[in-house]
Amino acid sequence: MRPLHHLLALAPLALTAFAAAAADDAPAVASGGVLGQQLVTGLSNGMIIALIAIGYTMVYGIIELINFAHGDLCTLGSFLALTVAGALGMEVWSGVGGLAGVILLLVTAATFCAALNWSIDRVVYRPLRSAPKLTLLVSAIGCSFVLVNLSLFWGGLPMQVFGGGVAAAAPKDFPALVPDNSLLPDAWNLNFTTSDLLVWCVTLPLMVALTVLVRSTRLGKAMRAVAQNPTAASLMGINVDRVIGATFVIGGALGGFASVIYALYNNTISFQMGYRTGMDAFTAAVLGGIGSMPGAVVGGLLIGVVRALSDGYIEARWTNSVVFAILIATLVFRPSGLLGAKLRDKV
Amino acid sequence: MKIVSSLPRTGSANAQTTSMVNGIRMALDEVSGAIDGVKIQYEDMDDASPQRGNWDPAVEAQNANKAVRDESVIGYIGTYNSGASKISMPILNTAGLVMISPGNTYPGLTKPGMGEANEPRIYRPSGKINYFRVVPTDDLQGRVAAEWAKELGVKTAYLLDDRELYGKGIADVFEKRAKEIGVTVLGREGIDPKASNYKALANKIKASGADLVYFGGTTQTNAGQIAKDLRSADVEAKFMVPDGCFEQAFIEAAGAANLNGKTYITFGGLPADQLSGRGAEFRKAYIAKFGAEPEAYALYGYEAGRVLLEAVKRAKTKTRADILQAVAETKDFDGALGRWGFDENGDTTSRVMSGQTVENGAFRFAKVLGGAESAPPTSAPGTVPGE
Repeated sequence: MRPLHHLLALAPLALTAFAAAAADDAPAVASGGVLGQQLVTGLSNGMIIALIAIGYTMVYGIIELINFAHGDLCTLGSFLALTVAGALGMEVWSGVGGLAGVILLLVTAATFCAALNWSIDRVVYRPLRSAPKLTLLVSAIGCSFVLVNLSLFWGGLPMQVFGGGVAAAAPKDFPALVPDNSLLPDAWNLNFTTSDLLVWCVTLPLMVALTVLVRSTRLGKAMRAVAQNPTAASLMGINVDRVIGATFVIGGALGGFASVIYALYNNTISFQMGYRTGMDAFTAAVLGGIGSMPGAVVGGLLIGVVRALSDGYIEARWTNSVVFAILIATLVFRPSGLLGAKLRDKV
Repeated sequence: MKIVSSLPRTGSANAQTTSMVNGIRMALDEVSGAIDGVKIQYEDMDDASPQRGNWDPAVEAQNANKAVRDESVIGYIGTYNSGASKISMPILNTAGLVMISPGNTYPGLTKPGMGEANEPRIYRPSGKINYFRVVPTDDLQGRVAAEWAKELGVKTAYLLDDRELYGKGIADVFEKRAKEIGVTVLGREGIDPKASNYKALANKIKASGADLVYFGGTTQTNAGQIAKDLRSADVEAKFMVPDGCFEQAFIEAAGAANLNGKTYITFGGLPADQLSGRGAEFRKAYIAKFGAEPEAYALYGYEAGRVLLEAVKRAKTKTRADILQAVAETKDFDGALGRWGFDENGDTTSRVMSGQTVENGAFRFAKVLGGAESAPPTSAPGTVPGE
């Protein structure tokens, strides 16, 4: 992982320069507390993006498919979480019982998304393994449409949590199961809420676990082998289809965790949310170097922080332009992304 | 004969538009579905698509063309979104088919000098006026909103808009009036209505220390998420929104706890339970028939339907041209909001507006806004149109 060093030097530098330049423009709102607050917000948003981005980059790394259905898979995870929360009557934070409930939601959504992602691979992508890459890509877009419409249908179910199902397409309120009170002393003038803590406490261990899995386990070794050369891997006795299936399961599970965190952090879900979050995550994956897992994490965090700083110090209307300008600039100077190791012809 | 309506029936505006359609049906029931022995059919068209979850330009154009081709159609009630009317107005104008909107409030659709330089001329290729509306426009509503804010003791405001025709337009008017009456505008931002949250923006607003946050936008452009993020960033400012958020869906999307006691909603009319006379009768009949309180815009669906049917009655022959003529001549109409008529631009002469708050998860009428003294000069260079 040599390119990591380049980036670790590069990212904070770029951020500081950016923040400093922005602060000059708007001295009135730039104080230490505000900058710290924007960084907390940016990192929390960035971690959610990163968790979804890993799902894109893992699948790409192993079968060179941009799985456009991934963002919409997360939407379904959120809808399942809301359904379960509604069925269990979870409405507000309730101490230890509430924590158990949140863990239950996380596990349920992760299991569901893992199973669904595996099924999508089994039913749609696996029969197309030897087809041209474009066929796979178009199938992925098709899957995305199917999942979006499933979410739309789901939101129209006649349940109380969906407002009786009157307006299927309306955004749904997700109960604030995690309190929004700040955990830091007032004197710090910084809001680090329980929901921020939840995001960090779920995301960071997952990323560490994933790194360990890919680097140090048999499955991880097999995944790296398949990513490098599927034919050679199968000649060495690796069951390629099973390894690819496992990749979809892991990516889906991470997406499931992300979907619950997203819902608990933003408190609103809608059938269209997968498009935007998927787009952000995909951008993060490309920015970090698609196929590289540390790249996806760095890309996600970078996008989250840049978004927050741009909202805070430039203007909200420019935020999308700023994010994509950084993406373009990165790709001009490092066509394979920040941490992308090698450049091959894709799609 | 047939009348059609074109409203976003799929998506989060559904509750409002169902209420409007109910209002139109009640107007039809009052004449027993026939005029001079000729039966009047009604078709409830949807101008939204599931992909957008909101009105769709392609569908609106399709609806307008369909209405024009069907020769039995003598009136087009719609649209809900001002942007959608920009699409259908020229199509219906060329065909000389009368169009009455129960929901559009963007001034540029009718008022010269209030929108882009070529508005409203570009919507009237035939040169004749065929578009009318029964709701007061945003240049009136944005103005009374700023005045109400001042009355509430607001000294500094932070303005947000959704960068759409309606939201940006009304925020522009608010900003202009706020500056005139001495409310300091600390910042103005166009938000991305599809963003997952606005926490970073809320941090910035908190640091600005504004007394009031005004959002020019609708439930569909994420007003609920903004309310949530303002609260989670501990912004203590009041939150004011225009009538695009005056629907139960807004309270559901935002969560009642995030709105109670700090939210102010302006509306270009009176809420149903404040109506008197004919309006009160309408409310009673509506509850009896549909078993629920009418949403804010139900009355305008009813009013649009009635004014159209009255014109059909008065028209010499039941052709599109004569009916259009009769609608344009509407004066001193005995409406649910008092007596009103259409002015030379096709706008209602009614000026009744109201302010609401949110208490215990429900809208509560606060006061009547506007009135003669705050009516703006007709030549005010007003809104810069959205994209």
